[in-house]
Amino acid sequence: MLNVAHLRQDFPILFRKVNGRPLVYLDNAATSQKPRQVIQALVDYYEGYNSNVHRGVHTLSMEATDRYEEAREKVAGFLHAPSSECIVWVRNTTEGINLVAHVWGLANLREGDEVVVTEMEHHSNLVPWQEVTKATGATLKLIPVKDDGLLDLSRLDTIITPRTRLVSVIHMSNVLGTINPVKELGKAAHKVGALFMVDAAQSVPHAAVDVQDMDCDFLAFSGHKMLGPTGIGVLYVKPEVVLGLEPFLWGGDMVREVWYDRATWNDIPWRFEAGTPNIADAIALGVAVDYLQALGMKDVRAHEVQLTEYALERLKPLEAVTVFGPRDMNVRGGVVAFDVPGIHPHDLGTALDQEGIAIRTGHHCAMPLTRDRLGLAATARASFYLYNTEEEIDLFVDSLKRAIGYFNGVGRRSPRS
Amino acid sequence: MSSPGFDFSELDELYREIILDHYRRPRNAERLQSPTIETHGLNPFCGDESSIQLTLDGEGHVAQVGVQGRGCSISQASGSLMSDLLKGKTVEEAEELTELFRRAMQGKDLSVPERERLGEADVLEGVRRFPVRIKCALLAWMTLLEGLEGHRAKVSPSLTLPHNGGETAFPLEGGRPGWG
Repeated sequence: MLNVAHLRQDFPILFRKVNGRPLVYLDNAATSQKPRQVIQALVDYYEGYNSNVHRGVHTLSMEATDRYEEAREKVAGFLHAPSSECIVWVRNTTEGINLVAHVWGLANLREGDEVVVTEMEHHSNLVPWQEVTKATGATLKLIPVKDDGLLDLSRLDTIITPRTRLVSVIHMSNVLGTINPVKELGKAAHKVGALFMVDAAQSVPHAAVDVQDMDCDFLAFSGHKMLGPTGIGVLYVKPEVVLGLEPFLWGGDMVREVWYDRATWNDIPWRFEAGTPNIADAIALGVAVDYLQALGMKDVRAHEVQLTEYALERLKPLEAVTVFGPRDMNVRGGVVAFDVPGIHPHDLGTALDQEGIAIRTGHHCAMPLTRDRLGLAATARASFYLYNTEEEIDLFVDSLKRAIGYFNGVGRRSPRS
Repeated sequence: MSSPGFDFSELDELYREIILDHYRRPRNAERLQSPTIETHGLNPFCGDESSIQLTLDGEGHVAQVGVQGRGCSISQASGSLMSDLLKGKTVEEAEELTELFRRAMQGKDLSVPERERLGEADVLEGVRRFPVRIKCALLAWMTLLEGLEGHRAKVSPSLTLPHNGGETAFPLEGGRPGWG
């Protein structure tokens, strides 16, 4: 069990006030807060050994290189990757997926080929494949979402076929909270000779992920959703797959030897990392991984399951509130998107913010799912992390009730027109 | 309903009764069949939409207005308030009102006669205290402007720059990008 009262002390921002109230931060699916250990790692780098990596023989450069590559090892360990050579630094999940779209997709897809994603993708795992299939003449296919928020796998063999070259799915939906059966989907992809990619932006921060057990060929996630800084993310590429890929960007650090008219490429993973990388943030992400591993991802997940069950239980009696996503916590993460018919999510979000409660409102970068499957322009969403408490969920639910009352005309102090 | 120490009194500045009334019962909501001017705008940050149709009479005054959309109370009430204001105005007057409204939203203090020209839409002034919501209030107005400019380009092409064909990508100055 997590000692939440104790670990909250590590997060300075949780002690600030918003509109005169203690902050209740329930927008963790958008980005997480950072513990002081992670913030300190950035300060230590810039104050103590700021230097470029992989160049120069001086002490600072060696220290920076060691810490930077050590962070890569930590991430590899965290994902149970076979080696750190499989870990490519990128800016975020979106860049990781774009890297695959460019170096694998554009190079390999042909007319008649098919790419399969799901109806619950974040734009990050939809738009790149729209563009790549358009450019190559390939076709984009969708695995449908059922009304209970789970994928409809009943006709999977008509969607994933011998023409399929890639199956790319979101591991945990940032709107529905659904945790998709990635092992099963990976098997279905490999059976027809396709590659398998996982958008793990919402899963790696919240539960143990083992890329070898999952048997994915690519997996991408962002550091900032898992206690790390913004601007650093990870693309995991399976060793057998990575060797066949050409570089993404060209320039310094990604080359072995350069002539005036040509160049040869560096080893993996540096082949994909042109230019001075995001050294400080990579090192700080390594510290975030240390922090999560010290807590234990099993306990992080158990805490979020408990919080989410509690939130669903507290929201259930509210007749005005429609909650989306599966009810079974075995297939759901700590995301609770909801709608209050007649009251727009932005209005709810503004009201809750008045009481220091941060929730997300909008389409959550999943416009097709929100518009075409939920039939809405926007939803409101509370999402939890390891530092949230049941008391915070009480504050959220109570504030939500007051906000619903407010917009339905109850409790308005000074109706002016 | 409200517990001690908690209330939404600050919100009353934003959600004036008249705004909630226009949200619940939007005016001029019927779509016009053969309008002189037709325009559609989208706020890509939040998905809010606004569709506007105008018919002009023989003297160039707005005879009929239709405004539809979906989105938050601020964006939809703003469109409804605007629709009431547009009736009987010329294209030039409508452009001037849009400019006045934009200035008000950007925090510029309007003179009393200027505020009077905005009529009931002046109640949206409270939105200024909630900067992230300013673009909600502006959606219908910027959509209108796009339509007016498009009309102008058709009527006297040499006077205006080419525009992108009636779809506003919400070029908002002074606001902030919001919901991704």
